[in-house]
Amino acid sequence: MIKCGVITFPGSNCDEDMIYVMKEVFQCQVEKIWHKDQTLERYNPGDIIFIPGGFSYGDYLRCGAIARFSNIMDPVKKFADRGGIVIGICNGFQILCEAGLLPGQLLVNDSQKFICRNIYLKPYSTETPLTFDLNTEKAYMIPIAHADGRYYCDDSTLKDLIDNKQIMFQYCNSEGIVNSESNVNGSVLNIAGICNKTKNVCGMMPHPERASESELGNSDGKYLFISLLSWIKEHHFVLA
Amino acid sequence: MNIFQTKFHDKTNSAIPTIFATFQVKLMQNPGIETAKKLGLLESEYQKICDILGREPNFTELSIYSVMWSEHCSYKNSIIYLKKLPRKGSRLLVEAGEENAGLVDIGDELACAFKIESHNHPSAIEPYQGAATGVGGIHRDIFTMGARPIAALNSLRFGNPDLAHTKKLIKGVVKGIGNYGNSFGVPTVAGEVYFNDCYNQNILVNAMSVGIVKKNETVSAKADGPGNPVFIVGSATGKDGIHGATFASADLSENSAEDLPAVQVGDPFQEKLLLEASLEAIATGQIIGMQDMGAAGITCSTSEMSAKSGTGMKIWLDKVPTRQNNMKPFEILLSESQERMLIVCQKGGEESLLKIFDKWDLECVQIGEVTSDGRLKYYLGEELVADVPAETLVLGGGAPVYEREYARPAYLDKIADFSPSIVSSPDDLVELARMMISLPNIASKVWVYEQYDKMVRTGTMTSVKTSDAAIVRVKGTEKALSLTVDCNSAYVYVDPHVGGMIAVAEAARNITCSGGTPVAITNCLNFGNPYNKEVYYQFVHALKGMGEACEKFDTPVTGGNVSFYNQSQIGDKTEPVYPTPTIGMLGIIDDKNHITTIDFKNENDLIFLIGDQNNHIGYCEYLHHYHGIIHAPAPHFNLEDEFRMQNAVRSLIQKGLISSAHDVSEGGVFVSLMESAMSSTLGFEIDIPLSFKPDIFLFAESQGRVICSLKPENKTETELLLRSQKVEFYHLGSVKGSEAIIDRVHYGKISDFSSLYASALSLKLEN
Repeated sequence: MIKCGVITFPGSNCDEDMIYVMKEVFQCQVEKIWHKDQTLERYNPGDIIFIPGGFSYGDYLRCGAIARFSNIMDPVKKFADRGGIVIGICNGFQILCEAGLLPGQLLVNDSQKFICRNIYLKPYSTETPLTFDLNTEKAYMIPIAHADGRYYCDDSTLKDLIDNKQIMFQYCNSEGIVNSESNVNGSVLNIAGICNKTKNVCGMMPHPERASESELGNSDGKYLFISLLSWIKEHHFVLA
Repeated sequence: MNIFQTKFHDKTNSAIPTIFATFQVKLMQNPGIETAKKLGLLESEYQKICDILGREPNFTELSIYSVMWSEHCSYKNSIIYLKKLPRKGSRLLVEAGEENAGLVDIGDELACAFKIESHNHPSAIEPYQGAATGVGGIHRDIFTMGARPIAALNSLRFGNPDLAHTKKLIKGVVKGIGNYGNSFGVPTVAGEVYFNDCYNQNILVNAMSVGIVKKNETVSAKADGPGNPVFIVGSATGKDGIHGATFASADLSENSAEDLPAVQVGDPFQEKLLLEASLEAIATGQIIGMQDMGAAGITCSTSEMSAKSGTGMKIWLDKVPTRQNNMKPFEILLSESQERMLIVCQKGGEESLLKIFDKWDLECVQIGEVTSDGRLKYYLGEELVADVPAETLVLGGGAPVYEREYARPAYLDKIADFSPSIVSSPDDLVELARMMISLPNIASKVWVYEQYDKMVRTGTMTSVKTSDAAIVRVKGTEKALSLTVDCNSAYVYVDPHVGGMIAVAEAARNITCSGGTPVAITNCLNFGNPYNKEVYYQFVHALKGMGEACEKFDTPVTGGNVSFYNQSQIGDKTEPVYPTPTIGMLGIIDDKNHITTIDFKNENDLIFLIGDQNNHIGYCEYLHHYHGIIHAPAPHFNLEDEFRMQNAVRSLIQKGLISSAHDVSEGGVFVSLMESAMSSTLGFEIDIPLSFKPDIFLFAESQGRVICSLKPENKTETELLLRSQKVEFYHLGSVKGSEAIIDRVHYGKISDFSSLYASALSLKLEN
């Protein structure tokens, strides 16, 4: 059985949501991980470590800038180096960028405001864990809730992201059209989520865990997790 | 002129208001009657304090009485009438005023704690921090009872949106609410925003929190067991917010910006840690009692907890962690620094408490112990700086109680003179419709609510489709909560009694349309100065109306707060705000299949107007903004008819007969139809029944009506049910195409109305 670990930093507030979805919707084994923990050695590369959304350390100074110094981040890096899957959502994405596990930076939205809205995502490359099973012709409705979600990177990094098929999602409209009107926060190339070169560390601003149950009126997010689980199966990560 | 801005900048060098600077030198002497008056106490109240103590109070003691006997803490001018409201019900687990918030049995061994509170004056002076700490304060009231907050709502009133001052205030307030709630991790699921000139200076910010707790795991605000240790936990105590309660209990004047230190500063991150640590601490079973520190800080929490248990406390003020050195005893006692709690734990349980707060990197310091003599003794080192009987400070104990005089306001004569015959028929109904949909009180509030996280905690069931009330599921059960805040204060102004009834009835109507059953209310009573006889008339009559409606809907009052002195002095003229008794209502949806949204669902569905239709025109947005008439009677309202109509709509929903339901409120039938259409992109084609004047039919705001859409095959059964329950209804037409067509006149595409509706407010505020 795939084991999931969800890290709680002081100020994380989507940790319980992530646990709920992985446990109740996908029947995974889920553990809470406290940010002061010193090791993730009990996790195998086929397991998943989630860095959930929220406002770690109040997002004071800069989003994710303090969390990256937490005890748990060293073990997270080691786990990623072993090929373990690390998924950062929203604040988790910001922390992964601050920690250098993902390239680029999340800047304040171009509207200068916090935005909570159901937006649409278009999968860009299907060679990533969260997009593996997705239809690149379809627009997936997933909510965002952030003030600092404008993805930025320099041109050479952007070229790498494109060449290595590291871009997971772009902001689009309900018809799947990627343009400046659908670029909700002003991200470079409408980027909503990326992964690292080795495709085991992923970060995205939108919240699929908030859109995985029909009861909530939207279950498009479910397909991202289904994708993730089948990616793990396909890549035979699971060790004895 | 922007009075706040000017004063604010004039006074930036004066960190401490002059009145307190003077006090500091007199600190050790008995300050006497003159100081008491400056602190807001009456001469008779000063005499009462002397009688209680058997001597003259020192300055620290005087400060304690002045805040505890302020309107904000003592409810001295309102409690007589609050006690007349219906406060009993089979589902209520505590009576109003007994704990920090109301507690309602929702079945499945769970209880819902909920409450609404005002933060008006701080928000008028410093909108960002004022609103943020309002949100923080109300959440603390909920989790101090052991409940985890699962939803937040708010009710906001601003002045004219064309004024630069209003734009500054709304931007600050919305950002403050957003940043605090988003970071704290509780979704802001619903709210209301109204604009009216009467709030130009004195805005209203009412925040509501809703939490869930296992019935047998609640915590009380008590201090049982002499010898038990008293801890202060959370943030350090600073000089912010000193005398905030007194500040809240005085008229807002053009000098109010000088009171800036009376506004507190919020830290949602600390509050999030405090929430998690407090709930973990409660789970140890070692907590005897817990009380958050809101108004009047340590003074209020120590006195209320002691008074509740008939005990006293010894408190060493020098042990309180402070942000500044050399804070005076009265400053430590009255500080309203946010994100703090007072905890009484079982003797011997200290270690487990300290361990939890250490885990969350929060301060947790023992500052005293419970005693048996009923006295609060505050020490600074060895020195006893204040010694007062706890019971004499609190509401229900020694705090004064007054019945104020009231007199019928003169302006009501103007309203009595209103004649519908002066309302001329508009030339162009289509143009009028476009104007109506763009009015600030009607247009979409998307600019506001997009800045709030409404989905965190994955409980919100109304984030994709809209319902008349917010619906939040209760995980682990089949239930959902239906939540709403409502008050049209213009109705209360023109008729306090009927307006008060309507506020409750509309809240219930919203819950009903969402598929729920109304269960209980919390209220936030925002009024002017209670010493003004006309204001007090509004207060007494609005409460009478509210009480009658609560009785009818069986929705007892579980608590809330009173905010008087909402008025501004401009030159030598005092203008009270409209009487604004905001109702926060809790409803329960036992079966999630009954959840009903406002959007039209299917082409060719029939559109019914359910409820009493008439040619009555009273106060409405149409009269106000098209004809410039403010002094008109309240809209048509009949409590019995409303109650019957709501029961019928609930039956229709539970039998699965209707596809959508949306109540008729601001903007009348037209706006309701349009909102149902815009939520779906489907259009409608209706005919106005003969015998009705078109402008009145479309835009008047008669109460007790709901727009429903239903499948043609459900028509007969729906009509039978409505007839059997003696509820009037009209088959207006059907859901059709993508346009609005009324009496065969094309009003335009729904998508065009959508653009107007969505952009009207942001265009105003961003320009």
